[in-house]
Amino acid sequence: SLLSAPIRAAHHVLTTNKRPPPAPAAKASTAMSGQSSGCGFLTSVVVHGDSALSEQEKELGRRLRRLYPAVDERETPLPRSWSPKDKFSYIGLSQNNLRVHYKGHGKTPKDAASVRATHPIPAACGVYYFEVKIVSKGRDGYMGIGLSAQGVNMNRLPGWDKHSYGYHGDDGHSFCSSGTGQPYGPTFTTGDVIGCCVNLINNTCFYTKNGHSLGIAFTDLPPNLYPTVGLQTPGEVVDANFGQHPFVFDIEDYMREWRTKIQAQIISRGQGLKVGNNSSPFSPDRMVASYLVHHGYCATAEAFARSTDQAVHEELASIKNRQKIQKLVLSGRMGEAIETTQQLYPTLLERNPNLLFMLKVRQFIEMVNGTDSEVRCLGGRSPKSQDSYPGSPNPSPSHSASIHSLASPAKPSGSHSYLPGFDSSCSNGVAPGRPHPSAHCPKQLPSTPSNAELNTINSVRSQQANACTSGDIDMEVDHYSNGVSGSSSNGFLNGSSKHDIELEDCDADMDPALPRRQLCGGSQAAIERMIHFGRELQSMSEHLRRECGKNAANKKMLKDAFSLLAYSDPWSSPVGYQLDSIQREPVCSTLNSAILETHNLPKQPPLALAVGQASQCLSVMARSGIGSCAFASVDDYLH
Amino acid sequence: MACMLEAPLRISVLSEVTATSRHYVDRLFDPDPQKVLQGVIDMKNAVIGNNKQKANLIVLGAVPRLLYLLQQPTSSLELRTECAVVLGSLAMGTENNIKSLVDCHIIPALLQGLLCQDLKFIEACLRCLRTVFISPVTPVQLLFTDPTVIPHLMSLLSRSQRTQEYITQIFSHCCKTPEHQMILYNHGAIQNIAPLLMSPSYKVQMQALKCFSVLAYENTQVSMTLVNVLVDGELLTQVFVKMMQRDRPIEMQLTAAKCLTYMCRAGAIRTDDTCIIMKTLPCLVRMCSKERLLEERVEGAETLAYLMEPDVELQRIASITDHLVAMLADYFKYPSSVSAIADIKRLDHDLKHAHELRQAAFKLYASLGANDEDIRKKITETENMMDRIVSGLSESSIKVRLAAVRCLHSLSRSVQQLRTSFHDHAVWKPLMKNAPDEVLVMASSTLCNLLLEFSPSKEPILESGVVELLCSLTQSDSPALRVNGIWALMNMAFQADQKVKVEIVRALGTEQLFRLLSDPDANVLMKTLGLLRNLLSTRPHIDQIMSSHGKQIMQAVTLILEGEHGIEVKEQTLCILGNIADGHTAKELIMTNDDMLQKIKSYMGHSNVKLQLAATFCVSNLIWNEEDGEEDAATAHKGDDTGGNPVARGSQERQDKLREMGFVDILHKLTQASDPNLCDRAKTAMQQYLA
Repeated sequence: SLLSAPIRAAHHVLTTNKRPPPAPAAKASTAMSGQSSGCGFLTSVVVHGDSALSEQEKELGRRLRRLYPAVDERETPLPRSWSPKDKFSYIGLSQNNLRVHYKGHGKTPKDAASVRATHPIPAACGVYYFEVKIVSKGRDGYMGIGLSAQGVNMNRLPGWDKHSYGYHGDDGHSFCSSGTGQPYGPTFTTGDVIGCCVNLINNTCFYTKNGHSLGIAFTDLPPNLYPTVGLQTPGEVVDANFGQHPFVFDIEDYMREWRTKIQAQIISRGQGLKVGNNSSPFSPDRMVASYLVHHGYCATAEAFARSTDQAVHEELASIKNRQKIQKLVLSGRMGEAIETTQQLYPTLLERNPNLLFMLKVRQFIEMVNGTDSEVRCLGGRSPKSQDSYPGSPNPSPSHSASIHSLASPAKPSGSHSYLPGFDSSCSNGVAPGRPHPSAHCPKQLPSTPSNAELNTINSVRSQQANACTSGDIDMEVDHYSNGVSGSSSNGFLNGSSKHDIELEDCDADMDPALPRRQLCGGSQAAIERMIHFGRELQSMSEHLRRECGKNAANKKMLKDAFSLLAYSDPWSSPVGYQLDSIQREPVCSTLNSAILETHNLPKQPPLALAVGQASQCLSVMARSGIGSCAFASVDDYLH
Repeated sequence: MACMLEAPLRISVLSEVTATSRHYVDRLFDPDPQKVLQGVIDMKNAVIGNNKQKANLIVLGAVPRLLYLLQQPTSSLELRTECAVVLGSLAMGTENNIKSLVDCHIIPALLQGLLCQDLKFIEACLRCLRTVFISPVTPVQLLFTDPTVIPHLMSLLSRSQRTQEYITQIFSHCCKTPEHQMILYNHGAIQNIAPLLMSPSYKVQMQALKCFSVLAYENTQVSMTLVNVLVDGELLTQVFVKMMQRDRPIEMQLTAAKCLTYMCRAGAIRTDDTCIIMKTLPCLVRMCSKERLLEERVEGAETLAYLMEPDVELQRIASITDHLVAMLADYFKYPSSVSAIADIKRLDHDLKHAHELRQAAFKLYASLGANDEDIRKKITETENMMDRIVSGLSESSIKVRLAAVRCLHSLSRSVQQLRTSFHDHAVWKPLMKNAPDEVLVMASSTLCNLLLEFSPSKEPILESGVVELLCSLTQSDSPALRVNGIWALMNMAFQADQKVKVEIVRALGTEQLFRLLSDPDANVLMKTLGLLRNLLSTRPHIDQIMSSHGKQIMQAVTLILEGEHGIEVKEQTLCILGNIADGHTAKELIMTNDDMLQKIKSYMGHSNVKLQLAATFCVSNLIWNEEDGEEDAATAHKGDDTGGNPVARGSQERQDKLREMGFVDILHKLTQASDPNLCDRAKTAMQQYLA
């Protein structure tokens, strides 16, 4: 019944992959009005059938993400409209709670009325901006535009009370928590667009009129202010733009200035960090060294340690073992990787059945891919190629690309996820940017028919990835000169040369011909082997469940893997991403970390820890109202 | 004793230095070329950063020898290059060094060197040329003497980033006149330099940008070409707009804003273009902010003043942008008391820029308040503004004084300010001080406004002897000063009492008055006629002045009416006649002058309505009946304060005489005129006959 399972799974995948149906309007608006509702960010003000509006919503989402990339809306939703709950009764809202009109008597200042936005301005915006267009100045044009804290009396214009700030149209004065205004700017009236910008880095605010900055109005602003407007006489109508439309004022230019300022500050602070002081594990030298060791770049690590006078905290042999296993994983040789791990670290996988399961699932995927050696043998290819290229295999994508994979934002910052995906950036032989002397760098050429055939089972991406192989060659050459290596071509102390040679074969696939992608490389025997393996995996999963209880992650992993079989061309299927060689990287790093742990070495290198700490620090800053976090994204520094 | 010991010691050190320098120079004359090369290289290492050494070598005659070696075709390329490098190093020293180098004809020698093919040598020559040309002591004309130089430099632009940087820097420093602009323009400067704006080198980008700013300055042809230039498929204006982005270096933002400002002022970009209103203007306002360096604030304010000078809308926008008016008040706070305490270097820096800051602020205020009454009010209400202007007017720096008086002049266009703050602060006092012509032009122009009849300052100014000052101005060689002098007198005479008028006539003297009536400047002539008109108003004044100067005035009027003058001049003259005709006794001067009457008659039939009107007005005054005195015939101009009763006994006689001369027929014809004013006036005159 194995074959039926993936089909079910496929259905499941297909349905979950669809966009969730849009929330009904009624539900949406309740969510909007709920001030404390933490999930308001996802709700929309879509009215049934109005596609133009949902387009506007989409644009709003896009613009807000672009303006405030550092804001985590699950934690701190951005204001998207006025709140129907947080307003005085003389205020009427329409047009999806963006238009405000006055519906009181407007006889005395006691008839003033205000409305706040649905959410306060998150500090992680760094710089926040909204605009209000005066649709009509009404009888006297007593419009006030500004900011106020939660709970400030709404029967007033913004600016009159403590924690309330406003700029008034009738006299152009600014009101800073006081009933008497200060001369500030020009008056404003029907047709004018007034903008309000809050700088959460220096806690100031300035206004704009028709796109012209009017200068600082308020300083020392408290945190968590809401966009607020107030009206006082009949006929006054204003429209808000929280990002629904392009702004009249070029706020992005202003943000650029502040981003540059913050980044210049960071760089000037960083210059104080002198390379050479190695007393702390977080000194730059030691961070670099431990990073290299962690990922098994032994020659580089050695050279670096030599030149910076450090000791390497792990035996070279051990580093090379790990490196070897990593290479197997990254080239898709899962079966051999598991075997080698069991040989070198006999108790590791026994004690860690979930890890073993993960490796096996990956092996299954590689079988589908046609890269695992078990199916490759069955594919009728000669496992031992006669031409041994000295080049070492490395199908992982280039280093910088893999570092960027951790740029994936919005990872939940749980206790152990300091480093979303950081470990995936492993296993390139050489640190990026190092110039490679090319004397020992024979290009890998597809000179044999068997190699040409091999191409067919490799995805295009892994071919491209081979472009960085030359770097690794240098490294291997270093091994020879270090005299550590045995006689095998790749210099692995414990490696079986047979495997090594195979590895080279499979990676000597620089043929630019388009790969012919077939299930398990197209061999019937291989398919049977794969199906058999799948059954084993199924029973292993059941066994695991009995032994260790349910495990949602494992279940999903297996389902996703099996789903591959539901498609005639798994590579272009919705679950096809699993076949991508980049998916080997998390597996590789998990295995690497597990091995390191058995040696009482840190699961993560201090460098990764530091990066994680920096990211975490930024989210703490966001929560503590320190706006400069908006312009200090860690990703900007991981080139 | 200590002094005694020290003196000889110093001499010996000096002679030692000279001795080593001597040695360097001697080695340049070694017969072995290899040793010469080594000598030049050693010299290069010895002079780097050592001004004394540089001066010594120049005194010892190293320059001509180096130039000789550089030009000698037998010298190796390496030697020639090293010579150029050493010369470049010498040029980096003091201004005196540069002078010596220029005196040794270094420029033609280096320009000649550019014809060589070797890039390194070319770069060394260009680097040295650059250093020489950017010095204020080098005459820029030397770049343009040989007409083949500019095209050759253009062709070298493609050689390397260094040649690009040096050549554009030379261009931007040497392009000082419209002729220079046109030479560069005609040799393809725009097409050759535009791509450099996209250079990966920041230095090249900046120098190219500076080139465009000097090329576009007050040059319509260049500016018009620039707006259509594409760089990498993008309009040049858009490239400049990008360079003004707030994350770009300040220098780049400022220079790009200058380029757009100059293009706008040259008429190539409209003042309501988004790139001006939404980008250039706010960028320049930012340059005035306290966060910027003092130099940047000066340049920002001056450029902004220039940008918005002719456009009231830009003035209005700037006046509300980022509290500019208040921001400028800070320009007057240097050197601040804090800077004096903080450190001496800062104080020195502040002192150096204090004048520049003040004059820039005054210029910007002048520009801001040029047209809009509300802005003027805002400016005068700025803290201590009027005091600052008054003290600015008395500063030793001419630049500051000039800017202050320009600012005052701009504000003096406001009736309200004249009535209030100007009077309160006695701003006229410093205006009356003697000053260079450029300041006087503005000062007298401001006085013109202060002497308007509603200005409360008029009285105290008069008492302080302004008449003498203004009369002396009318004798100036500068037409602008003559105009302002006579203009101010004209304003002063408007509705003035007899005493003032007499004083004006006395101080000016009829001779000077008539000299001004034949002034080559039409403006002077017009204002002099205006003065005459204002003097000749209200009957007693007319009679008094005409009794003493009648003959000369009538001569002058005849002369002008017979001369080749514009309509406006003739109209003004006819109005004077009209005023004369309003006098009791004065009108006899016309009635007895048949020639003049004939002239008036012919002007009544002139093709120009304005002249017809003025002539009719004159006739109307001549035939006026005493009984019908209240109607005001003088409506045309201020100062035509006439109308009233001619002498009764003579009116019949005059009417008869004029009838005989055929005036009635003409008047009758004019009652049918298509122009309603003329028609009315003719009818009014005819009624005098009917009465």
